[in-house]
Amino acid sequence: MAERKGMEVSIAIAEAASACDVDCIAAYPITPQTHVVEHLSEIVADGDLDAEFIPVESEHAAMSCCCGCASAGARTFTATASQGLALMHEILFIAANLRLPMVMVVANRSLSGPISIWNDHSDVMTERDVGWVQVFAENGQEAVDMVIMGHRISEDKRILLPLMVNFDGFILSHMVEPIEMPTREEVKKFLPDFEPQQRLDIDDPITMGPVGMPVVYTEAKMAAEWAVRNSYEPMVEIMGEFEKEFGRKYKPVETYRTDDAEILLIMMGGIAETAMTWVDKVRDEGVKVGLVRFRMWRPLPVDDFKKAIAGAKVLGVLDRHFSPGGPGGPMAQEIKYMLYGQDHAPKIVETVVGLGGRDVNFSDFDQIFDRCKEVLGGAPIPPFELIQVRGGHYGKA
Amino acid sequence: MPKQSPSPDWQDMALGTAITEPGSAKYQRTGDWRSSGPVWDLDKCIKCGVCAVFCPEGCITMRADGYPEADMEYCKGCAICVCECWAVCISMVEEKE
Repeated sequence: MAERKGMEVSIAIAEAASACDVDCIAAYPITPQTHVVEHLSEIVADGDLDAEFIPVESEHAAMSCCCGCASAGARTFTATASQGLALMHEILFIAANLRLPMVMVVANRSLSGPISIWNDHSDVMTERDVGWVQVFAENGQEAVDMVIMGHRISEDKRILLPLMVNFDGFILSHMVEPIEMPTREEVKKFLPDFEPQQRLDIDDPITMGPVGMPVVYTEAKMAAEWAVRNSYEPMVEIMGEFEKEFGRKYKPVETYRTDDAEILLIMMGGIAETAMTWVDKVRDEGVKVGLVRFRMWRPLPVDDFKKAIAGAKVLGVLDRHFSPGGPGGPMAQEIKYMLYGQDHAPKIVETVVGLGGRDVNFSDFDQIFDRCKEVLGGAPIPPFELIQVRGGHYGKA
Repeated sequence: MPKQSPSPDWQDMALGTAITEPGSAKYQRTGDWRSSGPVWDLDKCIKCGVCAVFCPEGCITMRADGYPEADMEYCKGCAICVCECWAVCISMVEEKE
């Protein structure tokens, strides 16, 4: 077993990308940033990684440049957060629809305004529909492992899609955690050299990214839909191989003490660590409660989720983003999509917590759990609620 | 026949909608964009070839007898030839069908 070392998670992610022997990193660290690409630039400058570090002029250019690198057949990596991800927006679609393998780490942080550099999921949730594979890490080790698995998944010939590793900004990105860092040799055994299915080559010319006339655009979108959908099985297979190689088991949907639980809290990302401790406390008091966490978000692991919540009567959903004037949080919407029309579907209590870096504590879980208990007892289901807001969600405007 | 069908089923789309055959733009029959097309009055034509030079589609060629001829499979009906013709011998005629 490798040594566990205290490391800042951003630094660990950079070391993981280096262990993956990436060929190209294009980045423009706009505020808010992490140490991920900063540390990678040091690794490259020190000669410890034989890669092109391309400092570009914006995050829009960074993603464009990553598309170019991947088109040329290079193993490509970048990292961003918040405003930077928003600036990459239009190119994200292109990377996915051109089927360009790459791994991007996103330190999830809120979007301005007001200006905020703190954690929530508003940056990534507004990029749900770009056609990337998306996973959410709970802690530093998982983020590191997802970077390594991410390259393997992204480059798998059955998948060939860009992959986004989400981890909570600040709460994880700037946290020092004990990390078991695989060596480059260990990673090499798990992650073979990148063999692009097609690439820009003057001796065998192809056109990447041509215009899609109305006669082919619909078919291109259908192909993109199935590309993401069909990535599920190979992803699960690769997670299994990762477990064999490194001993850490990853599943599309994670559960914690869900046995015989009538009420389940549903979430993703780092708050699940706090929630597990809370579940332990409440379970010790004899209350049947459990926790379900999405690790895989695209493709949406519908069957895994249904299996994870089977038997539960009320789901308390903790979103980290919502659509103003709309139907509430994105995770709750998608859970409703998965359960609509199903016999004996659990009731859903929709909440939004932890916006713009607000801490999510035991008292918040208590409050959400109380709502769930009321609903379990027959109370009407409340509309989605911003749990932590002063003045009350349904106070007067 | 083109190797890549211009209207494939989604299952047959090239990876990432790439075009793998160089020069495949020739399969785009741009002639069906046209609502009216150029008609030459060869009595006035001075065989200068300006229409062929300016045609953005490159679909006008000079025949063996020196007069121009447009390949209507590709003529988009842009009328640039009409505007450029020194002899004012080309007119645009609406195509009803």
